[in-house]
Amino acid sequence: MAGGKEIKTKIGSINNTQKITSAMEMVAASKMKKAQERMAATRPYADSIRNVIGHVARGNLEYRHPYMDEREVKRVGYIVVSTDRGLCGGLNTNEFKAVVLHAKKLRDEGKEVDFAAIGNKATGFFKRFGGRLLAQTSGIGDKPGINDVLGTVQVMLDAFDEGKIDRLFVVYNKFVNTMKQEPTISQLLPLPKADESDEVQTGSWDYLYEPNPQPILDTLIRRFVEAQVYQGVVDNIASEQAARMVAMKSATDNAEDLIDQLQLVYNKARQAAITQEISEIVSGAEAV
Amino acid sequence: MAAKTVQLDVVSAEEKIFSGAVETVQVTGSEGELGIYPGHAPLLTQLKPGMVRLVKAEGGEDIIYVAGGVLEVQPNNVTVLADVAVRGDELDEQQAVAAQQRAEQAISDSSSDLSYAEAAAELARAMAQLQVIRKLRK
Repeated sequence: MAGGKEIKTKIGSINNTQKITSAMEMVAASKMKKAQERMAATRPYADSIRNVIGHVARGNLEYRHPYMDEREVKRVGYIVVSTDRGLCGGLNTNEFKAVVLHAKKLRDEGKEVDFAAIGNKATGFFKRFGGRLLAQTSGIGDKPGINDVLGTVQVMLDAFDEGKIDRLFVVYNKFVNTMKQEPTISQLLPLPKADESDEVQTGSWDYLYEPNPQPILDTLIRRFVEAQVYQGVVDNIASEQAARMVAMKSATDNAEDLIDQLQLVYNKARQAAITQEISEIVSGAEAV
Repeated sequence: MAAKTVQLDVVSAEEKIFSGAVETVQVTGSEGELGIYPGHAPLLTQLKPGMVRLVKAEGGEDIIYVAGGVLEVQPNNVTVLADVAVRGDELDEQQAVAAQQRAEQAISDSSSDLSYAEAAAELARAMAQLQVIRKLRK
């Protein structure tokens, strides 16, 4: 029986792989649910603070915070949020491609780029890609606290304060739905202006401040940047679990197909062996 | 005259605590108590640990504890960006009392690991929580 045993072993090993991938799929599905809840819970804060910042950016304030003024761009910073672990399809690759494209355009204009990485995969990638890696955090886990991102944010804010970078972006995979995750690059500093559709008037109004503008705006803008990055991290975790679930589902399906095909090959080989044996016996009997 | 109202959002980093129309809202600013009515001039201020007391448009009061944060007022909407916010009726009195005692002890005991500033902040938070709880009881 030609190769019968080898085929059997192969089917066995694919079966084991399939068990693993289907278990991973189920784990990812349950984690995704929790990640989605967490994402929904943090959205109101991020949205509210973005609104407030939008108002601030459009008012005519007595105190101009350095984070609000556009300046000539020589270096650009990115905070790239990625996953810690692989086996989540093209999630990280797509995100890095978007960053590389974005960065390449800036480089062509003669600007330099710096990176801060959150997650193992981003760290690994940007070490190979080149460009300075200013900060890196990994091992955030499935339930990130806002404290987990503060260090990285601080480094980038310091770099901005010292004029080492003139613009700051955050990059993450936005969770659209289970099947779709979009790499998103959004600007943190200088502060983007709010949508024009907002009912707040532009122009010559200013806030009343208690006690005075500088510390309040300082806290507010810092919170804003932290909230945006945190939101990115939470979104990215939900995206990771969704992408892993989909990737593992298709791996499980592929394993199923492979097993079916191999089973067919095995059956044919066995049938061929039996036919051969019969014809040998028959011809042997005739010879007698 | 129809009652004028203002849109209030109280959010913390973890969740949305309150969102809806209110007649008035009272907060503890860094410079003292503030009462905000509809049509208030734009205002930005930092918040101290304390309570947010609001009167809902449909009537009824609500008290929320915040551990600090930022308040933004626009004529038609008020936003409280709280560091930690807890609905008044979810506060645990025993925990607050225990936290207060811990903090007082830490302040009087100079050899403790906790720095004076941290302990004072902790004490302020605990006292604000207790204040909210007692207010709710009345």
